[in-house]
Amino acid sequence: MGEVIVVTSGKGGVGKTTTTANVGTGLAKLDKKVVLIDTDIGLRNLDVVMGLENRIVYNLVDVIEGTCKINQAFIKVKGYNNFYLLPSAQTRDKTAITPEQMKKLTDQLKEEFDYVIIDCPAGIEQGFHNAIAGADRALVVTTPEVSAVRDADRIIGLLEANEIKNIHIIVNRLRMDMVKRGDMMSSEDVIEILAIPLIGVVPDDENIVISTNQGAPLVGNNTMAGKAYMNICKRVDGEEVPFLDLAAKGGFFGRLFKKN
Amino acid sequence: MGFLDFFNKNKTSGSVAKDRLKLVLVSDRAGCSPEVMEQMKNDIIAVISKYIEIDMTGLDIQIKQTPSDSNNGSVPAIFANIPIKEMRGKY
Repeated sequence: MGEVIVVTSGKGGVGKTTTTANVGTGLAKLDKKVVLIDTDIGLRNLDVVMGLENRIVYNLVDVIEGTCKINQAFIKVKGYNNFYLLPSAQTRDKTAITPEQMKKLTDQLKEEFDYVIIDCPAGIEQGFHNAIAGADRALVVTTPEVSAVRDADRIIGLLEANEIKNIHIIVNRLRMDMVKRGDMMSSEDVIEILAIPLIGVVPDDENIVISTNQGAPLVGNNTMAGKAYMNICKRVDGEEVPFLDLAAKGGFFGRLFKKN
Repeated sequence: MGFLDFFNKNKTSGSVAKDRLKLVLVSDRAGCSPEVMEQMKNDIIAVISKYIEIDMTGLDIQIKQTPSDSNNGSVPAIFANIPIKEMRGKY
């Protein structure tokens, strides 16, 4: 029996979709059976981040409404044996599906897959409730900014109220140079405030923009973000991996003040 | 924080952010406004002051998320750090 993981944040633009794409791809690289579900109905994006936008025939709403079979809506990711995307619908809205329907779908999928990873829309309305309905655990993505951390705290409260207790934080877009001069909260600061365990820190890396431009997640490659995401995947899968030294490129002084 | 902060007595913007967040989350988590929190704080102080003389400068009352005992989630709890100057009345 697999696990349903929701990637959520509350605030928009902190990197939920990028995280879903990279964590999913990384777990597939670890030979896991993985399916990604984009639940952001009306604002579909996981398909373009994955580079699969030209292959969509059916979508999540078609599956829920019974217009097609699940397998017909799956887009197989090339280069992997068991890695699929279930895209969202672009011309419908969040009310097209209900939390009960989503739970039924994810319960069915986790029989077949090791990981069912759900890309949650921003906000705390119905789209959020659809996305978390069948989730066993949650990855809450935040950036070290007051607005993102505040929204993450709200989301954590809502997850716990919905009986999702297995929650981890991903601190995204951390800039070690700014942390070092005191102009950005550190991942330790964020964790202290949220009181939820950290599962990974992803540095602000321009390679993310490049990989999104190309529609190819960078997890596992030799960039800082690629390594950070691969470590997150291993931790999600239960392996203990030490945290990266994000200051490693900072030379002598970088090493002197290294953190996480 | 690095050693440069030693020469710079002004608060860094990162620690300002952290302090502001802590404050705003207190009222977010309690589901009440900062004014109501302030009133509650004053009432707590008034009650305790009947029995104990409090050091008002070192006083700190916050609502924090803490791991709950019964499951692996977390629950809000009031944390009060109230330094005592002197007990009123001798026993």
